[in-house]
Amino acid sequence: MSVIETNATVAAESLFRRNMAAFMENRLAFGSAIVVVLFVFMAIFAPWIAPNDPYNTNLFFRLQPPVWMDGGEWAYPLGADALGRCILSRIIYGARVSIFIGAAVILVATTVGILAGLAAGYLRGWVDVVISRLVDILLGFPYLIFAIGLMAMMGPGLGNIILALAYKEWVIPCRVVRGETLVTRELEYVEAARALGASSKHIMLREILPNILSPVIVVATIRMAHVIILEASLSFLGLGVQPPTASWGAMVADGRAFILESWWVSTFPGVAILLLVLAINVASQGLRDAFDPRFTE
Amino acid sequence: MKDPILLDVRGLRTVFDTRAGRVCAVDGVDVIVQRGECLGIVGESGSGKSVTFASVMGLVRPPGRVEAGEIIFDGVNLRQLPPRQMQALRGRDIAMTMQDALTALNPTLTIGEQLAEMLAAHADDLPRSRSDRRRVIRARSVDMLTLVGIPSAGDRLGQYPHEFSGGMRQRIMIAIALASKPRLLIADEPTTALDVTIQAQVLELISNLRAEFGMSVVLITHDLGVVAEHCDRVMVMYAGQVVEEGPTERVISDPRHPYTRGLLASVLRPGLRGQPIRPIRGQVPELIDLLPQCRFMDRCPEADEDCRHLIDMRPVGPGRRARCIRTALPTTEKAKA
Amino acid sequence: MTTDPLLKVTNLTKTYTGSPSMVARLLGRKPVHVRAVSDVSFSVGRGEILGLIGESGCGKSTLGRAILRLHEPSSGRVEFGDADVTALSPPEMKAMRRRMQIIFQDPYASLNPRRTVGDIVGLPLQLHGLENGREDMREKVAMMLDKVGLKAGQIDRYPHQFSGGQRQRIGIARALISNPEFIVCDEPVSALDVSIQAQIIQLLLELKREFQLTYLFISHDISVIGYLSDRVAVMYLGEIVEMGPVESVLATPRHPYTQSLMSAVPEVDGTGKGQRVRLKGDLPSPLDPPSGCKFHTRCPLAIDICRQRKPVTETVGKGHSAACHRLAERLSLLEGAAQ
Ligand SMILES: Nc1ncnc2c1ncn2[C@@H]1O[C@H](COP(=O)(O)OP(=O)(O)O)[C@@H](O)[C@H]1O
Ligand SMILES: Nc1ncnc2c1ncn2[C@@H]1O[C@H](COP(=O)(O)OP(=O)(O)O)[C@@H](O)[C@H]1O
Ligand code: SF4
Ligand SMILES: [Mg+2]
Ligand SMILES: [Mg+2]
Repeated sequence: MSVIETNATVAAESLFRRNMAAFMENRLAFGSAIVVVLFVFMAIFAPWIAPNDPYNTNLFFRLQPPVWMDGGEWAYPLGADALGRCILSRIIYGARVSIFIGAAVILVATTVGILAGLAAGYLRGWVDVVISRLVDILLGFPYLIFAIGLMAMMGPGLGNIILALAYKEWVIPCRVVRGETLVTRELEYVEAARALGASSKHIMLREILPNILSPVIVVATIRMAHVIILEASLSFLGLGVQPPTASWGAMVADGRAFILESWWVSTFPGVAILLLVLAINVASQGLRDAFDPRFTE
Repeated sequence: MKDPILLDVRGLRTVFDTRAGRVCAVDGVDVIVQRGECLGIVGESGSGKSVTFASVMGLVRPPGRVEAGEIIFDGVNLRQLPPRQMQALRGRDIAMTMQDALTALNPTLTIGEQLAEMLAAHADDLPRSRSDRRRVIRARSVDMLTLVGIPSAGDRLGQYPHEFSGGMRQRIMIAIALASKPRLLIADEPTTALDVTIQAQVLELISNLRAEFGMSVVLITHDLGVVAEHCDRVMVMYAGQVVEEGPTERVISDPRHPYTRGLLASVLRPGLRGQPIRPIRGQVPELIDLLPQCRFMDRCPEADEDCRHLIDMRPVGPGRRARCIRTALPTTEKAKA
Repeated sequence: MTTDPLLKVTNLTKTYTGSPSMVARLLGRKPVHVRAVSDVSFSVGRGEILGLIGESGCGKSTLGRAILRLHEPSSGRVEFGDADVTALSPPEMKAMRRRMQIIFQDPYASLNPRRTVGDIVGLPLQLHGLENGREDMREKVAMMLDKVGLKAGQIDRYPHQFSGGQRQRIGIARALISNPEFIVCDEPVSALDVSIQAQIIQLLLELKREFQLTYLFISHDISVIGYLSDRVAVMYLGEIVEMGPVESVLATPRHPYTQSLMSAVPEVDGTGKGQRVRLKGDLPSPLDPPSGCKFHTRCPLAIDICRQRKPVTETVGKGHSAACHRLAERLSLLEGAAQ
């Protein structure tokens, strides 16, 4: 054969590894990611970590203060609520609800959004018109009011919350995916696949999708924080997860009546929401900076 | 009498510290530009052409830095010049047009604003009063654009770079570079992105302006045809070094370095139809951790063990030098031997 | 030369319709039409290389893609062997794609950055059921890589680990592995250094001989076209203005555009310095093409009739044709100038 080009390649560092390295160098984002992982860990291993049974009511300990205050004791480190249930244990179990609903909504919404966005961006034509109009219409509704309306119609329940939030959430990844697809479909490697006889399905899922996944993942993490807040809001309004299941939003609502004398009942679940949402946001900022070159200067 | 040498660069060394290691992009390069001449710089991409002249202009930014060498422009050592004076000199006395005209022009300013900025910064003979100044600058801007062949220049001053075609942008960049009538114009691949008919226009423009203003031109290109037609002397670069230099006609008719020969053999011509081509094998090496040997060795058809040491430029004729141990005989005689 | 036409293109036209934005449409703006390829006819014989030359934006890529129906032609016919490509149903077209392939200009954009060389080059085998399982596919890909001058050991690497020239070899391997008969080479060497250009052209010529291929070779470089094509077609603003055997067109170019194109090329041996036909200005916008002969805005020979009437294509030599109002006077004009 003709000539073989010697001295073949540049350093074989993969794109993903380089991005991950950049992410790790961002201390704050990396620390936040660890906080998020700790929360997930807490949710998974709740039965082993929680000091008490979160459903065990004991009126003897009603509104008991946290351990460092007068009348507190180690058995109830963050105190107890109006029914005498251990607040720390309920927060640990509540992480399950928040994280499960957050993850489930994002998973459903991202999957639907990716498929709809790919179809709209790659197939164009009437598919694009229908999907884009639907997106515009859904974007017109205020999110929380839309979810409240749906919950009121469908009634409470874990599955219904996930549906109510996902109904609108998919619009966000859909728009990102559509935009990226519009750009990527014009690239020559996509044209090459068509020239080879590849089907639209192959091109959308195998050629385009892997190349637009980074911004989608970044958006999904950012939105996860948002969904957790929405779930807490629904639970706070009594439309979310039903008692006695521990949910941070419902716990904050429960404590409202005693907020002056027994502030800890509302405050600690509130802090849990704040901490998790903040950690997710900071970590996703870091992800965005590391993975999406358009945001880096 | 004035010194006939306008630019004298000696032992220039520019390095980039990267993750993968130290990239020695320019390694011991000497350049001489005479007053009024056109010097051509050729070589494959990655051979250090742009970095050499970015170093001359003081435009190398971290992670890169000029590590060694002297850059004497008209008797002044540019490396010892304070940044402010260097800034003033850049644009006024030496101007450089970049390879990529779209990214080199500011997309947020109109062509008129960019020209005016250049004129205002470097012309000393502008009137005092604001409105007179504006009028004179505008008139000169229109003149410059007309000179580089932009039709209805007055109307187009208000347009942004993306509203022009590639050839027009390249010519606008030349207009901006020439606004201050520099003594040296460095044109970095001014025509690589252009079609031949437009390329011919741009090169003719540069030639005419050179005759008109008596300036020197450094023409960086990878097209040997362009060099043959427009340059008095040529410098061939490979892997961060100069490997051959001399008067254009002599170098092209009788190349002494195997790399120059390889480049010439790679140029296709309709006249060569049906004949096999013998291009240079392989590709430009990464400029990291280079061995102390001839850098062209892996790709050279004439290499042997003698090439395995550092080789200096050596004279190979009047005004000619080459970096090869086998330069004693001209190619034609070697073929006979 | 052309005994047995493999590809026959008749009156092919491709119009792009840019749909205006919603706002523009509400304001009553009409969609814009770009006639990128206009009524083009030619044929390519089996085993032949037809060079297609013209400035960027003149419609070369559009023509190549319309032939392969990557962009649906607006009108006209494309016949390949016995088949009418423009009339094929989607499954028939898919089968046809195995026989007609394309090599792209941009060695960076034409390879999916997230797939390995093995996946990229093996894709045609998968799509057309030409492999028996994964091992067989890898074996075939490895053999193809060897043919294009890459190493079989590089099969699991990603595109960014290769240089521009090597990537172009990967693109060539992908186009050839399904054993096609015809390849559109869309400026495959324009983005490469001269030395690498020569390597790739040498490779394409070797492969053509080995696999008995037919090429439509697109380039804006007349030296490249002159070196490797058998026949050449010169394109200007979507139309073929001159076509013929390469010796004849390059030795006696009859259209003023071909002439100016040739005289604009700087020659290493300085031969280009002689007579020059210099063009003024840029390529006109295809949105609003000039009337009559589309070249009249830049043509040094234009007269009144050129602005009004479109010239017809005339035969000017054996297999050599051109479209210009002043063909009859032309040779004498140039000779007059030379004396
Ligand atoms: N910012 C940079 N960082 C690291 N290496 C660089 C940088 N700029 C240029 N180089 C290296 O310097 C070498 C010469 O580049 P350049 O002067 O642009 O080549 P040319 O202009 O001849 O094509 C190349 O090998 C390139 O890798
Ligand atoms: N997808 C497209 N949509 C609209 N216009 C296009 C498209 N592709 C090309 N064009 C236009 O068609 C003309 C011809 O383009 P092209 O075939 O790419 O030219 P070439 O390959 O000769 O450079 C150009 O004016 C270009 O702007
Ligand atoms: S027809 Fe007229 S304008 Fe067109 S190329 Fe011939 S002479 Fe020139
Ligand atoms: Mg350069
Ligand atoms: Mg093209």
